[in-house]
Amino acid sequence: MNYIIGAFKPACNISVTFSDGKSRKQVALKKENGQTVMVPLFQSQETISGKISVEPVSGKKVEHNGIKVELLGQIEMYFDRGNFYDFTSLVRELDVPGEIYERKTFPFEFSTVEMPYETYNGVNVRLRYVLKVTISRGYAGSIVQYQDFVVRNYSPPPSINNSIKMEVGIEDCLHIEFEYNKSKYHLKDVIIGKIYFLLVRIKIKNMDLEIRRRESTGSGSNTHVETETLAKFELMDGAPVRGESIPIRLFLSPYELTPTYRNINNKFSVKYYLNLVLVDEEDRRYFKQQEITMYRLGETPEATL
Amino acid sequence: MIADGVEDEEKWLSAGIAGLQQNAFYMHRALDSNNLKDALKYSAQMLSELRTSRLSPHKYYELYMRAFDELRKLELFFKEETSRGCSIVELYELVQHAGNILPRLYLLCTVGSVYIKSKEAPAKDVLKDLVEMCRGIQHPLRGLFLRSYLSQVSRDKLPDIGSEYEGDADTVMDAVEFVLQNFTEMNKLWVRMQHQGPNREKEKREKERSELRDLVGKNLHVLSQIEGVDLEMYKKIVLPRVLEQVVNCKDELAQYYLMDCIIQVFPDEYHLQTLETLLNACPQLQPSVDVKTVLARLMERLSNYAASGAEVKAFAKLNNAIGKVIEAQDNMPIAGVVTLYASLLTFTLQVHPDRLDYIDQILGACVKKLSGKEKLDDRQATKQIVALLSAPLEKYKDIDTALKLSNYPRVMEYLNARTNKEMANVIIQNIMKNKTCISTAEKVDALFELIKGLIRDLDEDLHDELDEEDFKEEQNSVARLIQMLHSDDPEEMSKIIHTVRKHILTGGRQRLPFTVPPLIFSSLKLVRRLEGQDESVSGNDASTTPKKIFQIVTQIIESLSSIPVPELALGLYLQCAEAANDCDLEPVAYEFFTQAYILYEEEITDSKSQVTCIHLIIGTLQRMHVFGVENRDALTHKATGYSAKLLKKPDQCRAVYACSHLFWLDEHDRIRDGERVLLCLKRALRIANAVQQMANATRGSGGSVVLFIEILNKYLYFYEKGVSQITVESIQDLIELIRSEMNGENAPSDPAADAFLASTLRYIQFQKEKRWCSGGEI
Repeated sequence: MNYIIGAFKPACNISVTFSDGKSRKQVALKKENGQTVMVPLFQSQETISGKISVEPVSGKKVEHNGIKVELLGQIEMYFDRGNFYDFTSLVRELDVPGEIYERKTFPFEFSTVEMPYETYNGVNVRLRYVLKVTISRGYAGSIVQYQDFVVRNYSPPPSINNSIKMEVGIEDCLHIEFEYNKSKYHLKDVIIGKIYFLLVRIKIKNMDLEIRRRESTGSGSNTHVETETLAKFELMDGAPVRGESIPIRLFLSPYELTPTYRNINNKFSVKYYLNLVLVDEEDRRYFKQQEITMYRLGETPEATL
Repeated sequence: MIADGVEDEEKWLSAGIAGLQQNAFYMHRALDSNNLKDALKYSAQMLSELRTSRLSPHKYYELYMRAFDELRKLELFFKEETSRGCSIVELYELVQHAGNILPRLYLLCTVGSVYIKSKEAPAKDVLKDLVEMCRGIQHPLRGLFLRSYLSQVSRDKLPDIGSEYEGDADTVMDAVEFVLQNFTEMNKLWVRMQHQGPNREKEKREKERSELRDLVGKNLHVLSQIEGVDLEMYKKIVLPRVLEQVVNCKDELAQYYLMDCIIQVFPDEYHLQTLETLLNACPQLQPSVDVKTVLARLMERLSNYAASGAEVKAFAKLNNAIGKVIEAQDNMPIAGVVTLYASLLTFTLQVHPDRLDYIDQILGACVKKLSGKEKLDDRQATKQIVALLSAPLEKYKDIDTALKLSNYPRVMEYLNARTNKEMANVIIQNIMKNKTCISTAEKVDALFELIKGLIRDLDEDLHDELDEEDFKEEQNSVARLIQMLHSDDPEEMSKIIHTVRKHILTGGRQRLPFTVPPLIFSSLKLVRRLEGQDESVSGNDASTTPKKIFQIVTQIIESLSSIPVPELALGLYLQCAEAANDCDLEPVAYEFFTQAYILYEEEITDSKSQVTCIHLIIGTLQRMHVFGVENRDALTHKATGYSAKLLKKPDQCRAVYACSHLFWLDEHDRIRDGERVLLCLKRALRIANAVQQMANATRGSGGSVVLFIEILNKYLYFYEKGVSQITVESIQDLIELIRSEMNGENAPSDPAADAFLASTLRYIQFQKEKRWCSGGEI
């Protein structure tokens, strides 16, 4: 038994440590196998540096044709699983071909790396950043070790942030005017607004505000659109009459949102919508969907109410 | 169907309670282990049971109360959480993550309560946020209960004057604003209920709404409890805002209830100072609102307030408002109008008893409203009018006051005949009860005008329906009324008599027999009063002399001739004759007798009546002392003549022996004619004999000896009076005669006669002994 296990055991242990690993913020990342691990968090233009140590197992020597570390930004489409598209690829050679007898440490540094896209785990697409350490060997196959990390990019508050105000309705049946205080929200923001009923001739049962995420992958005829409802928030219970004004206050923090991604390397986009839904007593739904832009605000203490 | 519905409801309620309890159980566990996340989760689930639409208000309340109890525990937990360092602001956000709005808002109110207590934010901001956020519940029932919860948890946290929540930023204004807004929203929800659901269940819905009204009214109560709501604020803010909502909601049930609520919860002093504002709202209410009851209750409160010593000057305002309400409610039934005025009248009587002008004004307004209409025939309305007209009588206990009200009779004009009569009865009863003296002819005239429903036929058709008993009773009341009219001044009294006469002569044949006698007696009373007075006094006044009165009296009695009621007229003539006798007016007395005799001869044909009348004549004539010998002879002669001509022999006999009294008057020496007394008695004996013989002839047996015994008694009477013609022998003969008649072969047994004779004989024996004892001659 030991023999068999030994045969599949890698010949050496590779570990990656980041130079500011202890102080750097760690975030949860869901892996392919469903497990959640804590990984360091970076943003674009940061320098990613650290050490990579290679330690042969129990005194065996490791023969190799060179050791390198790559920083990869990859997009994986689920309909094309396992096939990664690298939009970023940087390489650092760590060692010339030779033999390693004992634990050996190699420093590495990728300075001011351009990482324009955020890590994303969607329905049909995944964007990930990874450090890939490769010990090339001829006959025995290379030894590869991956170290994931997460990238999030922060935006300043937008200089222009108009409210969304709109009058909609069905003639002689329902006329409402709604207003959301902004068109651009950060991820922990609060949506404040109101719905004003100008005309009500239907028997409304209730009214919800939904947050919907529209993930679009591929292009042309291969476009896949997936829409998820991330939040269903009841705004009103019962039938209003003309002249009623119903307040909206929706805290975004409980929901798992990402910033809006307009176009990620021509591969996919993620957009957010507010969907106002009125349901009548016959369970007919009347709705109006409005796109909102999500952005990630710097990690400063945020105001709540 | 309905039974099923009730059963289903029970089922839904118990399912709701079960769900609530289960989640409450998990909530408690979370509370015990300080698990905030679970506490929020389970409390939200627990509150989700309140989202049901299947329960009636009654059952929903039951569910709500259970949730309410649980929320108290949760509130305590929130408070502990904050003392353990959890930020109240965070907590306030956290509960708002709940996806369903109803649980979310219940939780928000609960945390809000803790938030205010923490004083980390101004109370007014939290209150405003809560009351605004509650708009999300537009379902009437759920909304009402949620807002009622908000009202409940915030009651002790309002920034009232003197409250710990009052501060620079928080003023009582904010408290008032908050309650007013909650009230407005609740009322809107409440009003809206009526439009929801199928039309056929409207009645049921109205009932259910009625059950919920106190939830809405509670807000007004809260307002009234706020210390800072002083008169100024009430006047400027609270009342106008509340009234605005009341008027604008255009809902009958709500308007009626809320108006009443305003009147009941706020102090009298406030009402008095804001009367115009309050009253101005009344005409703006829906036409179907029972404004009259609302106003009646307001006036009731104000008059009680006045009774407690406060000065209440509200008549003009109330009067004005009532006028406007009537104007605004175009189709208000006349009964409603009258009811309104009746309440105002009650108010005025209580608050301004001295202001007869106000009362007349009210009556005048009634007249104005009634004018141009048919006579009232609406039962409700007439009932109200009677109440309206009775009120001043009851208050003043004096018809005099009512007679001063110029509009009083004008209102009565609009009553139909039946009601007019009813009212007239009320007036008379009032006079009787209070023994009111009506002492001038003018007033009498007014009074009789007022009660003309009883005095004459107002409506010919009505007569048929009238119950004879009722009619008699009414006319007897009138008779009693006539008796009560009195003035100490003979001159005035005479005028009164004239006035009454004028009125009663319009009464027709049915009434005269009732109304004439009291007037005659009243007149004769006056005659006797004049007679009793000093000659000089009555002499000075030429217009009121006994003679003059006798003239009227004669005319009045003559008016009976058309009916005819000769017996009554005859009796009255005899009464007059007696009065004339007392006044020493021989010719007048003679004239009255003549009239009586004429009636006897010409009109009285019934033999029974004749007997009665002849005895009346004899009785009266016997007492007359005014006549000279000639006149007296003429009259007694006639009387004995009539007596002898009666149809039945026993009647003849009795009348004849009665005539004997005409010739012997104790108190007058002039009239002591023993011969003629004896003649009469003998004649009576002859007739009695004839009766006896007739009995023998027709029935073959002796007749009753009663007549003889009666004559014997007359003998005894005159013997004792000292009529010398009546001797002991003649008495003894008569006794013998009676005995032999009684013992005769054909004599029938007659115990009554036996007893009568025995008594008579015992009397003789007694008298004999008495005389023997006193030692006189037998």
